Amino acid sequence: MKPPVPQVPIPLWRDVKDLQEWETHHQRRPDSGDKHSSLFERVTEGIHSFPGGFAVTTVADGFFNWARKSSVWPVSFGLACCAIEMMATFASRFDVERLGMVPWASPRHSDLMIVSGTVTIKMAPMLKRIYEQMPDPKWAVSMGSCANSGGPFRHGYHVVKGVDRIIPVDVYVPGCPPPPESLLNGLLLLQDQISHFRRTGQRPEPSPKVD
Amino acid sequence: MSPERARELLAAVAGVTVGDGLAPVVAQVTPAEWAAAARFAKDTLGCTFFSFVTAIDWNADGLEVVAWVDNLDTRLAVQLRTKLGPGATVCPSLVPVYRGANWMEREAFDMFGLQFTGHPDPRRILLEDDWVGHPLLKSYAVDTPHPPYR
Repeated sequence: MKPPVPQVPIPLWRDVKDLQEWETHHQRRPDSGDKHSSLFERVTEGIHSFPGGFAVTTVADGFFNWARKSSVWPVSFGLACCAIEMMATFASRFDVERLGMVPWASPRHSDLMIVSGTVTIKMAPMLKRIYEQMPDPKWAVSMGSCANSGGPFRHGYHVVKGVDRIIPVDVYVPGCPPPPESLLNGLLLLQDQISHFRRTGQRPEPSPKVD
Repeated sequence: MSPERARELLAAVAGVTVGDGLAPVVAQVTPAEWAAAARFAKDTLGCTFFSFVTAIDWNADGLEVVAWVDNLDTRLAVQLRTKLGPGATVCPSLVPVYRGANWMEREAFDMFGLQFTGHPDPRRILLEDDWVGHPLLKSYAVDTPHPPYR
């Protein structure tokens, strides 16, 4: 006769300490992630509020979002072993260049930072500086367990417990390390997110189905 | 130099207690004879290859410094150990004997807070200069916060 299986209640979000820490410490993305001059903002908002003007702004938004998501240039920035998988994603077999992504060696020309690997406390200021050197609009993909939450080093002494404590992250790619297929899926999700950015009005809440 | 011969020679050195085993030959040294024992291992035993120096935190019994040197020609491995005693952090430096001990001792200082007397450059090597504490000590809490990143 089998002993009775102990019934363990499913932990709720508020009961998990790590998730509480994430809620407290993670960086949120500022508004739409896109900065313009106030004059430009006022003109577009004016067109948007004009009767029938929303057609112009939504078509323009769609066009600009299409252009942006078709040329997301990630900055070549590898931190640890995840960078090997990232390089494999950039190379010919998986070939992100067909999605319009060119790994670029300067943050000044880049739109995307793929944080691929463990972020140590010593590296964190440099990572933040590189992110701040990228022009708006910019996005960040956290690749791998270490960048997501600290991973196996979460309770070590020298690792930042998730890169989202330093920079706002748009897409989290799980895995240790994530295979190129995973990263490619994450990049496609990011493209999907970019196509949902709205310049005029508010950015719609991300839907869990799409984003 | 066979390990048996190395044990005999080491046992005759002042301040050295030779442990069991031949690979490695373990020599328990008093802190005062630390550099002299390393000099003996290098000159007499021919252990010219310096492998590493690190430390063990035995909680109440204090720190123990461990160094490993090799004679690559005769495949002799010598492990030098010294117990500093409870609360003591000062140990003679091996840099005058083995130049390769320089960065290793800086790392031991970084992780265990060991002060090596006679070290030419006693700075931190892996962690930032403004780091508080020495993380591999048993008394260091794992979840010590490091604002603003944690």
